[in-house]
Amino acid sequence: MLVALSVVVLVLFIASLATGHVSLPLIRTLVASFGDDPGMLGLILIEIRLPRALLAIIVGGSLGLAGAALQGLLRNPLADPGVIGVSSSAGLGAVLVIYFGIAAEWSLAVPIAAMTGAAIAVALLLGLAGRDAGPLTLILAGVAVNAFAGALISLALNLAPSPYAVIEAVFWLLGSLADRSFTHVWISLPLTLVGWILLATAARPLNALSLGDDVARSLGFNLSRVRGQVVLGAACCVGAGVAVSGAIGFVGLVVPHLLRPFVGHEPGRLLIASGLGGAALLLAADMAARLLPITHELRLGVVTALIGAPFFLHLIVRTRRTLI
Amino acid sequence: MSALAAKGVTVSLGGREVLDNVDFEAKRGEVVGLIGPNGAGKTTLLRVLTGLMIPDRGAVTLDEIELMSIPRVSRAKLIAYLPADAPVYWPLRVDRLVALGRIPHAGPWSGLNEADAEMTESAMARTDVLDLSSRVISSLSNGERARVLIARALAVEPEVLLADEPVSSLDPYHQLQVMELLQDVATDNRIVVAVLHDLTLAARFCDRIVLIHDGCIAHHGLPEAVLTSDIVRSVYGVETITASTSAGDFVVPWRRIDSGTHSP
Repeated sequence: MLVALSVVVLVLFIASLATGHVSLPLIRTLVASFGDDPGMLGLILIEIRLPRALLAIIVGGSLGLAGAALQGLLRNPLADPGVIGVSSSAGLGAVLVIYFGIAAEWSLAVPIAAMTGAAIAVALLLGLAGRDAGPLTLILAGVAVNAFAGALISLALNLAPSPYAVIEAVFWLLGSLADRSFTHVWISLPLTLVGWILLATAARPLNALSLGDDVARSLGFNLSRVRGQVVLGAACCVGAGVAVSGAIGFVGLVVPHLLRPFVGHEPGRLLIASGLGGAALLLAADMAARLLPITHELRLGVVTALIGAPFFLHLIVRTRRTLI
Repeated sequence: MSALAAKGVTVSLGGREVLDNVDFEAKRGEVVGLIGPNGAGKTTLLRVLTGLMIPDRGAVTLDEIELMSIPRVSRAKLIAYLPADAPVYWPLRVDRLVALGRIPHAGPWSGLNEADAEMTESAMARTDVLDLSSRVISSLSNGERARVLIARALAVEPEVLLADEPVSSLDPYHQLQVMELLQDVATDNRIVVAVLHDLTLAARFCDRIVLIHDGCIAHHGLPEAVLTSDIVRSVYGVETITASTSAGDFVVPWRRIDSGTHSP
């Protein structure tokens, strides 16, 4: 299963490198780009397409992994990184620096502000939910954080000094991987890796949680620590992802759902599978965004939601009898 | 030799004293039946004994060692807890679910090994669920599901098994089977404490009975000393039929005492 998913990610990664406005002979360009004179095509490959494909893997993997971990933690198939308010708080941070015009002067301001927003959301969430919060309290606290961040985003858009700032902020919120460079990869990678490690090592307690809090604790897990680990891990990698890509919905919700039957519904085994699935889905969606013959390139968040929402409905109808 | 002991345990929940200065003791090799009316504090006592709940006052010791001073993972190997009506949140496969009981024994980086697989299988064999091993938990009947969850607790291979109503959803055949199993676990020099509502089963299979009423230990001792008509009448508010047969004594609740004469 994991091998098959890895192959899919690899194939999509290569396909993503080969996809774009300029058609280039992939292997020859790749060889040339390692030489002294990469040429124009080499530059396109290394400086434009490679970071874009890498970011699709980083962001998609984070969304898939975080969605699976949060669904396991909250034992709720509707949980996703959006639910706990991380995505929208990161979005709020970004909107604020765009609003105050800082973004125009300093290109790193947006990712840094977004990560700060995500961090504040997590601190707020852990504070609101308290030490011994149950899954329901965590979801409710997340919904509250989410709603408040959403309200502040609306407020900022409402009071925006110029229509250009609104357009810029809204476009950023729609999510995209276009025109990203290796700087963005290096910004998001460290925190993303921290998040991935935190989430991937939570497999065993998440499995134990399938039998309820009491049994998980009787099996030797400190649930406050497990909750902190998963929420923090999700915030790190999703926050770092949103910081460079904008908000991309539905990946964290749909991918774990789709893959759960293939891993025997085990929350622990779902983690890595869902991370790979998220990476594959985002690579594919990003290629679709580039390939669709529309003069205005579609935003990635729009594509994932357009594919994700109807697909999710279909999934619910098909599995409603077995849904717990 | 006293192995699992609680001294002066007091627990308040939401301003109500659920347990009031409770002393409890279970020895190795015995099955202790924890009985009492609904809301008497049986489950709370069981959770305190498991270490899931820290009492407001009093303490629990296992082999003279303060329970909470034992590291989490070591404690998880020693004590298995089987809650009543426990949820299973995902439709897991039965053998994978039972294997979750092996988690405390797995090393931090290694998965489950051969020995774990053997223990999982033997736990499933003991509760008669080997046939179900590749079924999905959500497709099972209540009785089958209950036996799978018991197998999960047995897979821990604990020194102490604390079971909350382990037989309440089972048919007579499997009730007897599980009670025999609890006895069997205890004879292995382990401790079994089970919350029971069936007085007949409690009388027959438990070495000792502890009767909780309104957060206090009302009576404790051998089954025939605790399950007398007088005690059952005053605590549960029911008349009983007791009989001695060549196979053994039994006690059956028969008729409610008029609510006017029974003060709960």
